[in-house]
Amino acid sequence: MLETALKGRQIYWGWLIFLLALIGAGLGCYIYQFHEGLRITGMGRDVSWGFYIAQLTYLVGVAASGVMVVLPYYIHDYKAFGKITVLGEFLAISAIVMCGLFVFVDLGNPVRVMNIIMYPSPRSILFWDMIVLNTYLLLNLFVGWNALSAERKGVKYGKVVKTLAYISIPWAFSIHTVTAFLYAGLPGRHYWLTAIMAARFLSSAFCSGPALLILLCLIVRRVTSFDPGKEQIRTLSGIVAYAMILNVFFFLLELFTAFYSQIPGHMHTFEFLFAGLEGHGRLVPWMWTATGFAIISLILLIVPATRRNEDTLAVACASVIIATWIDKGLGLIIGGFTPNPFDRVTDYWPTAPEVMITIGIYALGFFILTVFYKIAVSVKEEVVA
Amino acid sequence: MGLDRRNFLKIAGLSALFGLGGKAAVDIFAPGELEASMEAVPLTEGKRWAMVIDIQKMDEELMNKVTKACHREHNVPDLGNPKEEIKWIWKEDYEHSFPGQQHHYIGDDFKQGSFLLLCNHCSNPPCCRVCPTQATWQREDGIVMMDQHRCIGCRFCMAACPFGARSFNWGDPRRVLRKEDLKKLNPDYPTNRDYPTRSKGVVEKCTFCAERLAKGQIPACVEAANKVKENALTFGDLADPDSDVRAVLRKHYSIRRKPELGTEPNVFYIV
Repeated sequence: MLETALKGRQIYWGWLIFLLALIGAGLGCYIYQFHEGLRITGMGRDVSWGFYIAQLTYLVGVAASGVMVVLPYYIHDYKAFGKITVLGEFLAISAIVMCGLFVFVDLGNPVRVMNIIMYPSPRSILFWDMIVLNTYLLLNLFVGWNALSAERKGVKYGKVVKTLAYISIPWAFSIHTVTAFLYAGLPGRHYWLTAIMAARFLSSAFCSGPALLILLCLIVRRVTSFDPGKEQIRTLSGIVAYAMILNVFFFLLELFTAFYSQIPGHMHTFEFLFAGLEGHGRLVPWMWTATGFAIISLILLIVPATRRNEDTLAVACASVIIATWIDKGLGLIIGGFTPNPFDRVTDYWPTAPEVMITIGIYALGFFILTVFYKIAVSVKEEVVA
Repeated sequence: MGLDRRNFLKIAGLSALFGLGGKAAVDIFAPGELEASMEAVPLTEGKRWAMVIDIQKMDEELMNKVTKACHREHNVPDLGNPKEEIKWIWKEDYEHSFPGQQHHYIGDDFKQGSFLLLCNHCSNPPCCRVCPTQATWQREDGIVMMDQHRCIGCRFCMAACPFGARSFNWGDPRRVLRKEDLKKLNPDYPTNRDYPTRSKGVVEKCTFCAERLAKGQIPACVEAANKVKENALTFGDLADPDSDVRAVLRKHYSIRRKPELGTEPNVFYIV
């Protein structure tokens, strides 16, 4: 099937070359970082994880959300999703690849990365995160690829594929649960030390991932002759709506616990994020922007007329993505480190090379996504014709 | 020399554990010195090393002296930038040493006074729990140790440590210290040729001077403090009921940083 990725219109090649240019720029910045060390980033001893780990967290969610199309199809036999399960799986693949790269570029000593395997440490959550993410990648590659080849040959996928698809369902939940455990088990980091962290992660994943998938479906429909389907998009929009409501609800639960109990450590990070703490308020406008987009998305998703209209739905999905990205891709990590163990506030902001490396990895993810989607769509077009 | 096979293996293993090699290892094996240290000071036999810091006996000058002794012993550079700062032992005010404990009516002595902070060598260390490569681990004598040759620089331990006791080499200290402005701050870096300098991208921290303990010496900070004032810093084995630290802790009321987190710090403060 790979050959289908080698035949495309000019716009396809143009897009890939554009992404390649970004990848190259990111790679250049990474070589600079590799040489100089992580001091070229905005991180420091107080905010010791930053933009990279935040993107990892966000993208694990996107990867996990693939299950939102796989589960209804395989467990509830919801046939309509059969048309787009492969899109969900391929989205998961590209997201996991990005996750791996974001961990890699965050390492101070990337050449020693194999130490994680050479000295397996089952007490470390990072060890388990490595295992669940890699397994999830393999599961999706195997299931997605084989289901698509079966479709191309006009036969039903085999038993092994089906079994692995079933396994991939709880596995998707596990990857984001384990990722939440990276944070939720650390003593002395109040913003992270919360039992609802995994639930929050899953809810934000299951709104942001399907929201991205809806946008991708709309793009696929526009640029190819394959239509992911009206019903499919409508069902997805329901999932996004419920998950976003849960996501905001869980966040409000955190606010209640912090501000009704009035325990300073529990309130500090929220104050830092939404009002500024000790004169540091760099994230305040961002967090309120996220709040604004969350409200817009909730209105557009809850009102049936705007949810069913694909134009307003697209706006709602974009709003969900912006709100959840700011929450997880900025607020969660920086907030978790603020204030520091000495109750002091240190500012963090990613530097230009740090942002460029991040963009480079996103570009690589989209490159993989484009190629995989091209293959999937070519097969679908072929089958219809 | 009275070095039998068993002891030889023990010391060889220990020095490998500390990541000691070259001159440092030779020093340990220097005949005579080794035997003397093994017999005279049984420091290598501790079960739970701990430190008691008597704040009453401390002043700013002494704290600076202690810090300098440690940082020179371990080639801890001054990088001139708080974000990249490497800290093994350092000064901090009361409010930020014991966040949440302060109140408005505390005396000026406390408010303005400083505390000496270092790695707590917790009995239940979260940093070791989270390390994905066992580059940091707890030794049998309680010391929370660090292997800079295995560390991949993921900084999970820094996120897990509730005491801010871990520092990361954001750049290559050997290289950045060649820059003019930093050269001025560290004219004689590396200050101790017998102790390794670090490479970029690894985490480091106080090791309770494991390399000195192996030679039968007390930690550099304790040595420096005791030169000025007896028992300002007390170091010893908590597992031994007759040790100095146990005696001091029996006699005085002491506090620890963030005991509610259950990490069981082994650095105590007499206030």
